[in-house]
Order: sequence, then structure tokens, then C-alpha cells
Amino acid sequence: MKPPRFDYLRPQTLAEALELLDRHGGDAAILAGGQSLMPMLNLRVAQPAVLIDINAVPELDRIGRSGDRLSLGGRARHNDVFRSAEVAQAAPLLTVALEHVAHEAIRNRGTLGGSLALADPAAELPACMVCLDAEIVAASVKGERRIPAGAFFQGLYTTTLEPNEILARVDVPAAGTDWRFGFDEVARRRGDFAMAGVAVAVREESKAVAECRISLLGVEMSPRRMEAVEMCLLDAPLGTAANIVAAQSALRDTLEPIEGSEIPPEYRIQIARELLARVIRAMAAPVSGKRTH
Amino acid sequence: MMASDEPTAEISCTVNGQPVRAHVPVRQSLVDFVRHGLGLTGSHVGCEHGVCGACHAVVDGRVVRGCLMLAVQVDGRTVTTIETDQPTAQMRALQDAFFERAALQCGFCTPGMILQASELLTRTAAPTRAEIRDALSGNYCRCTGYHAIVDAVETAAARLRDKAAA
Repeated sequence: MKPPRFDYLRPQTLAEALELLDRHGGDAAILAGGQSLMPMLNLRVAQPAVLIDINAVPELDRIGRSGDRLSLGGRARHNDVFRSAEVAQAAPLLTVALEHVAHEAIRNRGTLGGSLALADPAAELPACMVCLDAEIVAASVKGERRIPAGAFFQGLYTTTLEPNEILARVDVPAAGTDWRFGFDEVARRRGDFAMAGVAVAVREESKAVAECRISLLGVEMSPRRMEAVEMCLLDAPLGTAANIVAAQSALRDTLEPIEGSEIPPEYRIQIARELLARVIRAMAAPVSGKRTH
Repeated sequence: MMASDEPTAEISCTVNGQPVRAHVPVRQSLVDFVRHGLGLTGSHVGCEHGVCGACHAVVDGRVVRGCLMLAVQVDGRTVTTIETDQPTAQMRALQDAFFERAALQCGFCTPGMILQASELLTRTAAPTRAEIRDALSGNYCRCTGYHAIVDAVETAAARLRDKAAA
């Protein structure tokens, strides 16, 4: 359970990191939070020749809002995003979802960019970025490239990120006051990998749903917009019972659940359907209060 | 023993208030470094893939998995382990409460529990039982179960509040 040998490089600037990555490409792995990479090294399912540690690169963990855009650095730690007042205001979906991401010590080190670049199907943040219609900014020696979150995730642990690119930051449209968000998931244990989870964003006009974005985690190989489900909720007040039933039905028809794991595909669909209804009802009739047990 | 072709690095850091300089294999984990390099065996090696929380240490004020951080990454940083002779008020209160409530049996998980609970109490003076369980959800105990541990954290929190009010 010790990692294989590797060479260790610690660039001091982004330019230096990008040059090193360009030189080593597919032989290198970026070490950010290390909360997935290090287990993979210790279990020897990853054996990169070179680790490029980006923890000394300044600015990569910046969280900041300019106008109607919230920018989150690729190395922003989960707990910093979780406890950021700016994020809670501009992208409250992330604050709610991050409660479910792993455990305190993991969130102290783990990074937003790491989670997105890994593209674990059970991860919360990829699904949230799809739901928020975020843009992922990849940097390489050639410059920056912007990728809509909906086009970034390509399948199981697969993204459009090139071997010479670093996930530099994510730009999230800051939510207006007419947007509401909901998130919930089912995991066997707090912080464990989700068996299914749902993220919902809704914009209302005159008490009817005008825009809606829904994405799931833990059910399919990678997150995508559930357009057929979203359609069911439009042009009526959120929480309309008939629409929830229609959305649940559309969800069953749309989903292509992960096969071959210990969790049966039918069970994932069942959880997803139930969560969808729960999240929508909770958004329609929010109740506050702390969990007590 | 290190193989001659093992990539290594020089690091300097502060561990439990003392300056430390060391020559480490770059693939050595922080927990292996403090245990084998410095003889600080209070951080325990459990799962070695970030699941159990027995290896917790504090780096620049934040609790981390000692098995998921490399020793070379604490170059220039401040590390605190359970052995520190300058424990925080939270750590002292937790150690007393764990002892009194017998919130441990074999003790393997205890250093990780104390450091993680200490971080919680530093941030949240009056956590609910649910909040305590959430904060400790990344720390495994395989003997006593968690009830006594949650009790002990509650007790420590209450004593710290009393002391702050006094």
C-alpha cells in the first residue's frame, strides 16, 4: 500500500506548471488535493512517471465574483467553497451539495478541479456544474479553452481535458433572486459515494416554472441535462403533483443507469425517482431546521 | 534503507513546534514520515487510502489525512500531531472527556478522533449530536462504537463553553 516511484516536481507559477505538463503530458499526473490520486497511487491503479504538484502555484485557489459570474479556482478546496459566503449567495446549490462531499479532512484538501477532472460518476460537483450551466476553463501552454460543463463530461472517469491541460477555474453564472435550487442524495453513510443524487435548478416567472435544469449523479456514467424531465415541470407552479408524477415517469424513460455494479440499475432508478419528487417538493415548500439524531 | 535510485528531496518544516530538516523519499507519506522519520507514532497507519482517519495530522491548522499527503508536501509548513506538548484547549478538553467516558477501547482511532473533533469545536462551540457525527464521519472506530465518542465530544464542548463564560 505504498505508491510506486515517481519523480516529483513543484512548479512555482502556472506558466511553469503548464510547461512541465506540456513536456511530460500523459506520463504526468497533476497533484492538487491528492484525495483521489493518492489512494490510486497507494493502490497502484495509477502509476504516473511524474507528479506535478500545483499546490505552490499562486491564485489557483481563488474564489471571487465579478458581476454576474462566480469564478472558482481549480485548486479551491472543498471546505473553502463550502464555507464561502460568496458561493452561498451566488451558487447556493454548491453549498448544499458540498455537505455531502466526503468528510471534513478530505474536504480540507480535496479540490473542485480535482473532482471535476476525475469525473467519478458518483461525485456531486460534476452534476452540480452541469445543473448550473457552468463553464470549465482549461489552461495549456497554448492558452485558455472554455468548455461548457454539459460537454465536458464524456463518460466514466472521462472528460474532454487534454493531457497537456490543467483545469484552471470554473465560471458559474451567479444566480439571480428568481432562481431556486435543490439537491439531495442517498448514500449508505454520510459522505460516502452516492447511490443516486439529484440536482435541480428552477427559475420562476409569475409563480410558474419558466426555466429548469436537472442533472443526476451516481446513476449514469456521467452527468448530463435531463431535458425530457425538465420539460415536465415547465409552465406550472413548482410542486404541481401531476407534473411531479410526469417528471418521475420521464426520468425512468430517460435514464441509462450504470450496469454491473453491486447496486442494481433498477434500484438506482427507484432512488432517483423518489429523490426527484422529494427535492421538488422541498423546493416548493421549503422548511428550515436542523437534523436531529 | 533507501534504494540508490529512489527519488528524494530535502524538506524543512515545523513539527509540534520544533524545526525539522529531513531527507525523504518523495513518495513517502506524511504519516510514514512522522512515524518512521521522527518517531511520532501517535498518528496511526490504518487503511492507507484515505478511508479510516487513523492517520490524521494537522497541517497549517487544518486536519488532513496523513496517508494522502506526501512528506515532501509539508516542506515549509507547520505540522501538529497528537504528541504536541502545546495542545489546544479543545484537544485537552477532548482528551479528558474521552478518558472519563471511556470513549475508546484499543485507542487506534483516538488520535484521529481527537484532532478531528478539536477542529469541529474550534469552529462550532455548541455542535448538535448530528453535527458531531457528521464531523467524525470520516473516522472509523471498530471497538466501542460511536455513542461514547459523541458523548465525550458533547461533554468537552460543554466544558469549553462553561470555561469561556466564566
